[in-house]
Amino acid sequence: MPSSNGWHDRLAEWSVYAVALLISAVFLWIFGDLARGGIEHLSWSFLLDPPQNAGRGGGIGSILVSTILVLLIALVVALPLGWAAAVMLAEYVSSGSRFGYTVRNSLQILAAVPSIVFGLFGNAFFSIYLGLGFSILSGGLTLACMLLPILVSTAEAGLRALPDTYRSLAVALGMSRAATVFHVLLPAAAPALVAGLLLGIGRAMAETAALLFTSGYVDRMPGSLLDSGRTLAVHILDLSMNIPGGDVAAHASALVLIVVLLLINLLAMEMATGWQRGKIVTE
Amino acid sequence: MIWSKRNILFPSASVDTLILWLLRIASGIAAGMVLLILFFLLAESLPLLREVSAVRFVTDSSWQPSEGAYNLAPMLSGTLYAAGGALFLATPLGIASALFVAYYAPPPAAGVYRRLIELLAGIPSVVYGFWALTTLVPLINELHPPGASLLAGILVLTLMILPTVALTAHAALLAVPDEYLRGAAALGMSRWSIIRGVVLPAARMGVTAGVILAAGRAIGETMAVLMVTGNVVQHASTVYDPIRTLAANIALEMPYALGDHRAALFVSGLVLMLLVVALWSAAARIGRN
Amino acid sequence: MKLAGVAVVGTIMFAVGLVWSPSGNTAAQKLVLTGASTIAPLAGEIARRFESRHPGTRIDVQTGGSSRGINDVRNGTADIGMVSRDLKPEEKGLHAYAIALDGVGIIVHASNPVVMLHRRQLIDIYTGKIANWKEVGGVNSPITVVNKAEGRSTLELFLSYLNLKNSQIKPHVVIGDNAQGIKTVVGNRNAIGYVSIGAAAYEAEHGTPIKLLPLDGVAATVANVRSGTFPLSRPLNLVTRVFPEGLARKFIEFARSPEAHDLVEAQYFVPISIR
Repeated sequence: MPSSNGWHDRLAEWSVYAVALLISAVFLWIFGDLARGGIEHLSWSFLLDPPQNAGRGGGIGSILVSTILVLLIALVVALPLGWAAAVMLAEYVSSGSRFGYTVRNSLQILAAVPSIVFGLFGNAFFSIYLGLGFSILSGGLTLACMLLPILVSTAEAGLRALPDTYRSLAVALGMSRAATVFHVLLPAAAPALVAGLLLGIGRAMAETAALLFTSGYVDRMPGSLLDSGRTLAVHILDLSMNIPGGDVAAHASALVLIVVLLLINLLAMEMATGWQRGKIVTE
Repeated sequence: MIWSKRNILFPSASVDTLILWLLRIASGIAAGMVLLILFFLLAESLPLLREVSAVRFVTDSSWQPSEGAYNLAPMLSGTLYAAGGALFLATPLGIASALFVAYYAPPPAAGVYRRLIELLAGIPSVVYGFWALTTLVPLINELHPPGASLLAGILVLTLMILPTVALTAHAALLAVPDEYLRGAAALGMSRWSIIRGVVLPAARMGVTAGVILAAGRAIGETMAVLMVTGNVVQHASTVYDPIRTLAANIALEMPYALGDHRAALFVSGLVLMLLVVALWSAAARIGRN
Repeated sequence: MKLAGVAVVGTIMFAVGLVWSPSGNTAAQKLVLTGASTIAPLAGEIARRFESRHPGTRIDVQTGGSSRGINDVRNGTADIGMVSRDLKPEEKGLHAYAIALDGVGIIVHASNPVVMLHRRQLIDIYTGKIANWKEVGGVNSPITVVNKAEGRSTLELFLSYLNLKNSQIKPHVVIGDNAQGIKTVVGNRNAIGYVSIGAAAYEAEHGTPIKLLPLDGVAATVANVRSGTFPLSRPLNLVTRVFPEGLARKFIEFARSPEAHDLVEAQYFVPISIR
């Protein structure tokens, strides 16, 4: 047995390393292709200027603004809802309760709903039924629906992972339930909340299918939330699929998107640790 | 011991009840969203469902909405083949990646690799599609024309769902109690025996959850698949055949569809939704056992 | 408390957004265009120039397809529809104004030795009767037939030229928009497809390895579309439900005027001179 175990061990180790190597190589391949195709096109003016000549020239300034607005609306709507639902599920609802069961299960289904279906729904509900038309508001609200399950499940997991001593100590100090949630549990779960927020932002920024039929195609600076605004991912889609000669700008836009995602990731990790330190000292 | 810098006592119990109600409402809205989506999908498909019997969505001769033929079956098979193939590849690759980060890699390499996987998760599907259309599809075409094929779809989907599998599997591995590992190590078990005999069984639930999450994503993925699978409505007999998935069908025809055609696309959406619910109930059953 | 702070700031921002938006809208005169993806990039450029000449106006361009443009104009969702073909008999109640001409050209990979195809051969290729390039004088390899997705006016035009129904076509790849078709042909030496001549000419001129095949012996060039000799050409129309008034009229007149000609040509379409 020991000898065959040693042989298995080596095989397993090699395969695991091989997989890691393979995936890193594919990643470098993709990233290298994008960088090679787009890096010369990148400059400050590319980030700030509005697109020219259907996106082949100029920059992505107005598109970045639309992207940020759509994202902000989605977060402003989804964060309070999502985190409130998470607190409810983790702190107020007993595990056997019917209400908790229903909410949790419908959120799990919602998490699996394809983004294109959100697009259909957003188009039928926000754009046509509520009359918001193709607008940043429609797009943001559609994204908010999409982000809800991610925010709830990560926050709930974070709250549940906290040791029960936090709760019993708070009770012993005579803190009300709400005070416990706001002053002890949420701050302590901040890393999980931020991680969920990050996942959400990542998904929202990368989203195309849900936004194509809701926030639309207009590539100019939005004047209000009821204007249509093209997000970065939709811009990349249009440049690569509909605009002849749009490849270079598409590469450059994709590079910008990936770098922004990386920066958000790093920044938020920093914030998460800082926030926690400021609020609670655990010994 | 826990210290807070600020006043920690909320004034009264009435605040508590108010907050409880707010929380209830928020959870209610979150839970009602699925019903709202189902309702609108149904409402939009109803005009067609009234005229056309449900059987015709699998028995019609083909998918030609302008000529009144609405067969969704080839797209259903396309969706399942593509998602199934991608899961088949991404599950072992994802678990191996998680093992690499958790047990094999030296700490700095593990950190870098984890970041890389996170970044892979953040790449928009358009970018994957764009890359695959200009790089992967021509390569497959050299192998076996036309290049735009089920295989291309499977490979792109594998790349896209691999981070989901890897990250959830990694979280599940981290949740395995240290005592198990120490106990196993004390018994003199080798690294691989510990992983196979102790860690993976203990992390099974988490890994399965991740795979199911990935399956949902694979079924619903739209843009990348639309760009590389060729979008021909047919049952694939080999991996080199072009296929069309349900999600790609919606994105491809929705901007152009009117009347019954538009309703037929909402039926596609409804079928996708049912697929996802079926997947979820299967997952729930596994969870209970 | 930080959480509450975030929530408060969020709510305020949201409220500001809601208040700010209607005022933003009333200040500007707004025009919504929807329809053909072939016209959308051009219309967007014309809109940009129009806005800079007429401060206080906003022209929103949404992409989709010609049929969507017709539909949106009929039900009032859009002020102007973009339709990349002639109006059908049942659509004659609408008012159409051509802003440019475009052709639909057959494209193959630049390395393909085939220099021309007869209409009969084209029909046989698209219906699957001819499956190998050697049958039409090319190399011995299977043909990859690239077709457009249902609802595209390029598809309708192509089908009516060949007298075919979409269900008769045996495609290997179905694509959405022009650039996807070009990328597919670039990535596949044995592919044949059809796209807007404007798009194809742009790419061919910038070194992309594709070539346009002549149709009925007429070379697929912008010049032949201009002279009207190219058989598969179409007008790019702006469509309104009623006789255009006010801003819509101003915009349509601007789009047809020489002031917009350089924009039309920059997209490789043929400007229409008002007679």
